[in-house]
Amino acid sequence: MKSTLKLALGLASAIFASTAVSNVAHAEDLTLCWAAWDPANALVELSKDFTKETGIGMKFEFVPWTNYADRFLNELNSHGKLCDLIIGDSQWIGGAAENGHYVKLNDFFDKEKISMDDFVPATVVGYSEWPKNTPNYWALPAMGDVVGWTYRKDWFSRPELQKEFKDKYGWDLAAPTTFDQLKQIAEFFQKRQIDGKTVYGASIYTERGSEGITMGAMDVLYSYGFQYENPKKPYEMEGFVNSEKSVKGLEFYKALYDCCTPPGSSNAYMGEGVDAFKSGQVAMHMNFAFTWPGLQKDENVGGDKIGYFVNPKGPDGDQFAQLGGQGISVVSYSDKQESALKYIKWFANKDVQAKWWSLGGYSCLNSVVKDPKFPSSQPYAQAFLDSMAIVKDFWAEPSYAPLLQASQKRFHDYVVAGQGSAKEALDGLVKDWTQVFQDDGKM
Amino acid sequence: MLNRTADNVARATPEPLAKRIRGISDKGLAWLFISPTILLLLAINIFPLFWAIYLSFTNYRANRPNEVVKNLGLANYQRILGDHDIWIAMQTTAHFVFWTILLQTVIGFTLAWLIDRKFRGHAFWTTIILVPMMLSPAVVGNFWRFLYEPQIGLFSYVISFVTGIPPTNVQMLSNVELAPWAIIIVDTWMWTPYVMLICLAGLRSIPEYIYEAAEVDRASNWRQFWSITLPMALPFIMLAVLFRGIENFKMFDMVNLLTGGGPGSTTEVASITLKRQAFESWRTGYSSAFAIILFVAVFGLANIYVKALNKVKQR
Repeated sequence: MKSTLKLALGLASAIFASTAVSNVAHAEDLTLCWAAWDPANALVELSKDFTKETGIGMKFEFVPWTNYADRFLNELNSHGKLCDLIIGDSQWIGGAAENGHYVKLNDFFDKEKISMDDFVPATVVGYSEWPKNTPNYWALPAMGDVVGWTYRKDWFSRPELQKEFKDKYGWDLAAPTTFDQLKQIAEFFQKRQIDGKTVYGASIYTERGSEGITMGAMDVLYSYGFQYENPKKPYEMEGFVNSEKSVKGLEFYKALYDCCTPPGSSNAYMGEGVDAFKSGQVAMHMNFAFTWPGLQKDENVGGDKIGYFVNPKGPDGDQFAQLGGQGISVVSYSDKQESALKYIKWFANKDVQAKWWSLGGYSCLNSVVKDPKFPSSQPYAQAFLDSMAIVKDFWAEPSYAPLLQASQKRFHDYVVAGQGSAKEALDGLVKDWTQVFQDDGKM
Repeated sequence: MLNRTADNVARATPEPLAKRIRGISDKGLAWLFISPTILLLLAINIFPLFWAIYLSFTNYRANRPNEVVKNLGLANYQRILGDHDIWIAMQTTAHFVFWTILLQTVIGFTLAWLIDRKFRGHAFWTTIILVPMMLSPAVVGNFWRFLYEPQIGLFSYVISFVTGIPPTNVQMLSNVELAPWAIIIVDTWMWTPYVMLICLAGLRSIPEYIYEAAEVDRASNWRQFWSITLPMALPFIMLAVLFRGIENFKMFDMVNLLTGGGPGSTTEVASITLKRQAFESWRTGYSSAFAIILFVAVFGLANIYVKALNKVKQR
């Protein structure tokens, strides 16, 4: 009887102790918030090493891209404690810094000897700094990303298509280096029968709800000469946003949409682009580089069938690409900032960054991307490197949301709905953006 | 027997408790019962309404809680009423409300009239007709988006089969001319059964003897319809129009799922504009003013309509 009692007491104690231990461990878990996409899965895999090293568990809150901004900006604005770490979009940095959502990392970087000089400069400016081009850091560059293009290398290399193309346009069918070439290729493939199936020229961004059409149109406009403001006088936009060159760029984007996209492409963004390319509908596909590892592995269109190219040049030879990607920040409302900073320190490590790239994440660390083996490490590595060297980003002002909504409306109204002219759209955009900056007291 | 039991229970109740129970008047008891509901209404309806009215006079932005809130007076209201885009959104809403109500009322009443004939299998067909109404708008929006898909959508193939136009040219959601109609078709498909049900209730409420009297007077079917059926069912039809009008004035889910307000701003109804201003551009003060304007418009129109409805009922 006595031994039975002892056994029962022992069991009860063991259960109590294990529960208590697991609760303690649970209390130390960090929650990392990000978008639900392929790199997030790679990060889950990578973070297992962090848990092994530190004993700190990792939980993840991933939200689809279409709701990502709404969900997490609401969380930050309401001072929620859901996220200890957040990989927030590059354009949020101004608002997050000025509204106190992110912990400033300068002292931490100094203490841990993490130098921003070790990261690709464009990613430091794009993902970490606010105000831009000042040494005030609110995030560690986490996921480099940029808009680039994929194309069907197998179609491009067919002798009969090459011959027909050369006869028609007078140059060899290959990855385009200018936007004019890109349009010619897109026209060539539009509604062409390939292997008994109707295919189309190109998939481009046209999404209205979040940021799609702005990312796509800007990707073209930059290389045509679009500038956000007078470089000598901040917030002066007249003649820069709506310059003649910008008008030509927007007209080109509309022409590309009208001539060469698959039917029903009026609301396409990253997911729709990937679907169009994977299903063999399009010859070329505009998308962020994060989609490339997945496409490379695809049985139907990946491997030797796919090629990658940098955003082409504009009429004057200018060449830029829309920056994507994000930095990782510590949320200032988190009760576990110390553990969250440990994660940042671990993530900045060279070996961790090398593994991050090998798992499908895009490292921003110089030692990884400048490694001589890097360009040959993946078929898309060189295109990624070249693209990251020419990036430009959308406004990262605290008022980025109304600025983005204005461009979404103006671009969609003109490009997709065909309302008004490119000049009217860009004049309207200057008016909208001026109003936003006036409301902010910046003009 | 029952009284005796009640008396026994009353006698058995301890004196202090009995005193306390006697102390609450009927009115007090009524207030006690309804107060949780009133408190809940105050918390989730009345307070937010007054808070929104207050915010509508300010420059408050929910994403900048640390900023100083300035009183703007009527500036938000003036800006909204002078905003071309807002008026376009209101026109789009009016177009959508008008056509959906017209189609739903005509088709709904016709279906109700047919079902009221009580033909063989009418109960089965009633159930079938009611199915769309029972589905979630999210489900309806998503599957109609697939039906409208130009490359694989059944709708496009049916149109192509009937008209000979290639299915890839039937771009219901991408075409500026067709997109508003794509939403009207889906809303009509989904909510006509609701109008039908209300009309059916109206038709069934008409006493049979009135038709018998009309038969005695040798009134034709047409005459019976115009002089008996329609006037007597009119209050019900008007009620259905009121319900659908209010619902469609604030329609959001279906438009958001099908077109997101596009292409361009072709299908951007007022509620989509409001959502964009409030939760994407974070102009909380401005969007509160817009919400108040919409509320006053719906409330005012509904009141005028209800007065008209009462007049019809009193005839």
